[in-house]
Amino acid sequence: MATSELTVVEAVNQALNLEMARDSRVVVFGEDVGRSGGVFRATDGLYGQFGADRVIDMPLSEGVIAGAAIGMALAGWVPVAEIQFLGFAHNGFNQVVDQLARVRYRSAGRFSAQVTIRAPYGGGVRAPELHSDGFEAHFAHAPGLKVVAPATPHDTKGLLLASIRDPDPVLFLEPLRGYRQVKGDVPDGDYEVDIGKARIAREGSDVTLVAWSGALQVALQAAEDAHAQGISVEVVDLRTLVPLDAATLAASVTKTGRAVVLQEAPLTAGFGAEIVATIQEEVFFSLQSPIRRVAAPDVPYPVQMLEEQYVPNVERVLEAIVATTRE
Amino acid sequence: MKEAAPAARVNLDGVASASVPPIVRYLDEDGELLVSDLPMSDEMALEGYRVMLRGRRFDERSVSLQRQGRMVTLAPGIGQEAASVGAAMAIDAKTDWFVPQYRELAGQLWHGYPLRLAFLWHVGHPIAFQVPGDLKMLPFQAAIAGQLPQAVGLAWGLKLKRDPGVVLAIFGDGGTSQGDFHEAANLAGVMKAPIIFLCQNNGWAISTSIAQQTASETLAQKAVAYGFPGIQCDGNDLFAVYATVREAARRAREGKGPTLVEAMTYRLGLHTTADDPTRYEPRELHDLWVNRDPLRRMQLHLKSRGVVDQAALDRIEEEVKDELRVAWDEAQKEPAPDPAFYFGQTHAEPSPRLRQQLERFEKHGDL
Repeated sequence: MATSELTVVEAVNQALNLEMARDSRVVVFGEDVGRSGGVFRATDGLYGQFGADRVIDMPLSEGVIAGAAIGMALAGWVPVAEIQFLGFAHNGFNQVVDQLARVRYRSAGRFSAQVTIRAPYGGGVRAPELHSDGFEAHFAHAPGLKVVAPATPHDTKGLLLASIRDPDPVLFLEPLRGYRQVKGDVPDGDYEVDIGKARIAREGSDVTLVAWSGALQVALQAAEDAHAQGISVEVVDLRTLVPLDAATLAASVTKTGRAVVLQEAPLTAGFGAEIVATIQEEVFFSLQSPIRRVAAPDVPYPVQMLEEQYVPNVERVLEAIVATTRE
Repeated sequence: MKEAAPAARVNLDGVASASVPPIVRYLDEDGELLVSDLPMSDEMALEGYRVMLRGRRFDERSVSLQRQGRMVTLAPGIGQEAASVGAAMAIDAKTDWFVPQYRELAGQLWHGYPLRLAFLWHVGHPIAFQVPGDLKMLPFQAAIAGQLPQAVGLAWGLKLKRDPGVVLAIFGDGGTSQGDFHEAANLAGVMKAPIIFLCQNNGWAISTSIAQQTASETLAQKAVAYGFPGIQCDGNDLFAVYATVREAARRAREGKGPTLVEAMTYRLGLHTTADDPTRYEPRELHDLWVNRDPLRRMQLHLKSRGVVDQAALDRIEEEVKDELRVAWDEAQKEPAPDPAFYFGQTHAEPSPRLRQQLERFEKHGDL
């Protein structure tokens, strides 16, 4: 398949465009997704191409965006709803976590909700309060909801197509920092990346470094810097948080014997804790040292002037990698 | 948006009251007709009465079974049967959707929800969630007003599909304090969604009185802020509810958008079987509404019109009793739920981890 170099946000746009053309049941809605093309231009051009019935500007209510998506799905549509920033999804938390995630369960299988909720998230772009927080763990704890968090343009397109086609609801987290900074080759046509499959982003033999979404770039740079110090780091890009690819984690740590987990969110009860627990359950006797977490401190995501000190950076990750090899 | 004529004087007096049409009522408290033309035939009225009675006796039976420890905590709809049945009668079960909260079982029975499943709901069997076959109904909703954004999405989705269906979404007075109600009403107005918001104002949200719930004169007037009509009807008058919702459904079908109907009724029973209204409910208020009992009113009406005599009413009682007995027997024959059922009802395809958890269950018999 021919490829083009795209940014993450262009990959989102291409996937939406492709799927709306392929499946007339797909509707896109959210705040500013229509005429404006989205605040990040993720839905650019869709309004002109598919019209006001299928690309809909919504009132500013995350609750009704998520809730109406359920109803739209019941009526036979395939909604792809945008929450402008994940930090605002909490306004619709009941509809996402208590309602959307449980449609199949709470109808004992009569109904399902083929709904994708897209939301950019993560820090490092100097956005205002509540625009940068790493809230993935809040949603990963909701049975019935899949949580997908790609890092690259290739995976973004392939996973978004897979998410829209998934018969169950998917929270699709887009790396805000990677939207324009991360570029990569993306096949022009139709392809899917499997939900629930992690990827070895860089092979190595001494330490497994686990990351996802916007933090992957930090992980790759830290692995590169570790290499200069003679430490071979294997980077696992989770791509999907729920369902978690425990097999890939286990295989990597079996090989390396050591692991560092990188999360942008505050330390306590973050998704990194789930990774650590899973690794020790699966391959405890392969471990040569305690698993380390690199995370943000347990304080709210700060405003812009403190941002750089807050988000885990390459130095902190490198420090953890080096430390784990000395234990 | 329309621009009002400007004024140089700031005058805030009296602006808090929004006008809604006069309350719709057909029958007085003794079942006497207040108007000459009835909105439905005598046969239909009798059918409506029968389903109201079915709901009433079901609730009474359930409370009694709950007191014997044979049912879980449940929320009876005693006293509110006319509101939900009248509304259900005004839509078309073939094309239209019924979106419940949890205190409108009588209306659900009219729409087609089986008594057997209603009993299973009250014993905590998960199959009760499974709205059967092609029945256009969503499952019971425990989150107050949580169903409303979904109901609007459904209505909007039907409209986009050029489907003739409309949505009847039911909630209570407490629901009007929830963000979900306001967000849903706002979207419904913007999209001109074919939906009827039926608020059963039964005076209480557990122990919270309507005066503690809102400073609005009526709940119906809340619709005005969202750009569509709100109207009150006597919620204990089957004809009034039916006529009001029928008109709202007609508007919805004609593309004129949503209507908020506030059915003025009263919770004669308990919030749930875990509740004790004697702690907060003034006795005289309760007694006042006992006299407005919707069943009594219909009995008086049907008798005064010569549609039934006491013997016929007694016969209906016996028939309903039999129906309940049969449904309860059937419900008890339902096999106990298999916990493995859940694993199949969370995702279309269980994840490897979920499969592992299921395997553990199958080996050890617990979760």
